[in-house]
Amino acid sequence: MSSAVEKVIAGDVRTVARLIRDIDDKIPGVRDVLKALYAHTGKAYVIGITGAPGVGKSTLVDQMVNHYRKQGKSVGVLAVDPTSPFSGGAILGDRIRMQRHSLDDGVFIRSLATRGHFGGLSQSTRSAIDVLDAMGKDYIIVETVGVGQDEVDVVKSAQTTVIMVIPGMGDDIQAIKAGILEVGDIFVINKADREGADKTFNELRQMIDMGHHRYEEGKWKPPILKAEAVFDRGVTELLETIEKHRKHLLSESGGKRPRKKKERVREELAEMIKSRLIQEVLDRLLETGEFDGAVEAVAAGETDPYTACDDLLLPKFRALK
Amino acid sequence: MVRERKLRVMVAKPGLDGHDRGARIIARAFRDAGFEVVYTGLHQTPDSIVKAAIQEDVDLIGLSSLAGAHMYLFPEVVKLLREKGVDDIVVVGGGIIPDDDISKLKAQGIVKIFTPGAKLDDMVDWVKTNVKPRSG
Repeated sequence: MSSAVEKVIAGDVRTVARLIRDIDDKIPGVRDVLKALYAHTGKAYVIGITGAPGVGKSTLVDQMVNHYRKQGKSVGVLAVDPTSPFSGGAILGDRIRMQRHSLDDGVFIRSLATRGHFGGLSQSTRSAIDVLDAMGKDYIIVETVGVGQDEVDVVKSAQTTVIMVIPGMGDDIQAIKAGILEVGDIFVINKADREGADKTFNELRQMIDMGHHRYEEGKWKPPILKAEAVFDRGVTELLETIEKHRKHLLSESGGKRPRKKKERVREELAEMIKSRLIQEVLDRLLETGEFDGAVEAVAAGETDPYTACDDLLLPKFRALK
Repeated sequence: MVRERKLRVMVAKPGLDGHDRGARIIARAFRDAGFEVVYTGLHQTPDSIVKAAIQEDVDLIGLSSLAGAHMYLFPEVVKLLREKGVDDIVVVGGGIIPDDDISKLKAQGIVKIFTPGAKLDDMVDWVKTNVKPRSG
């Protein structure tokens, strides 16, 4: 076993922090470490928190961490913020709400940027989850803005996905209906002291009821909770509901770890092949200069992108023809 | 292909200083320069800054102080980093810092001090020139 693997399992913060950076920066050697670590994963319970910007995700996560710590559980947090598509930079500000835990050795918080390129977010976040899992965290909370397929994929790799809304976000609930309603296991109406909380509650309930065919006997029907995270109201109820969902998953899978479900493995493996393939192919095309050459040619109007794509790929994948 | 590491920096406000506009503007300038910027918010202790910086694996900590306590707070951050065996995170400071203090801070491991009037472009250039994402 390499020393990095041993140190992660022993919970060495610096090693874990650097490994997550290597994953994010796609350093090739990292795959061997992840392979060795995988056998040590599967103990943590992964919770995904998503919702529109400003609904209070970081504040809720901060409170959840506080509750889990009082129960004596260790917690890992992965907080995802968007990368600027213009500069490639990012401001990662989720820590602001969670800094009170920074002195607590039982809590590991890491900010991640979406980086935007080539669909790598879900892959690297999933690997980061594995690292925190191997590190021995009891709970891992993944917080992300619920827009874009990548981010939805991230929360899908959680065992329990919590979707947060706030009162008066009619249009946003519409967006959720179209996009991520299906992945929500628990809905939280945060800032529930605001006007319109009941209306939001009813709208959500209606939407969930409309999908009632999915909630036949024995299936989990997403509960809707009200919370005021900043005052720590509704957080105990949320944690209890998460535990209920956890037990439900366990009974559904006959006591086996739900993450091992075949559908999830299928999805994760397909995702891994996709991002690995893109990475390998793009790396090679960038290295030879073929990619930039094709970009120039298309931009100059010498060829069309469809032909350029064929010319780049087909010689490498004759089977695709 | 040589993969380029993304530069990760932390902007932090240690101590009882509520003036964070400068820190926010600098965080924004760093973002626009293509860095990933972890912003910790106000009222941090040197200990919480160091622990966060290690968890976030940043290459640089930028400390902002406008309240006069920099002679204690800035060196304390460097001291705690060294105690944890961290010698590859560059620490810089900014704020209302008298000339006399600058050489003393530099002697204690704060590599660069930016004072009022420093231009954002110059700060970004300084970081790009002097801070490299860690290798290996």
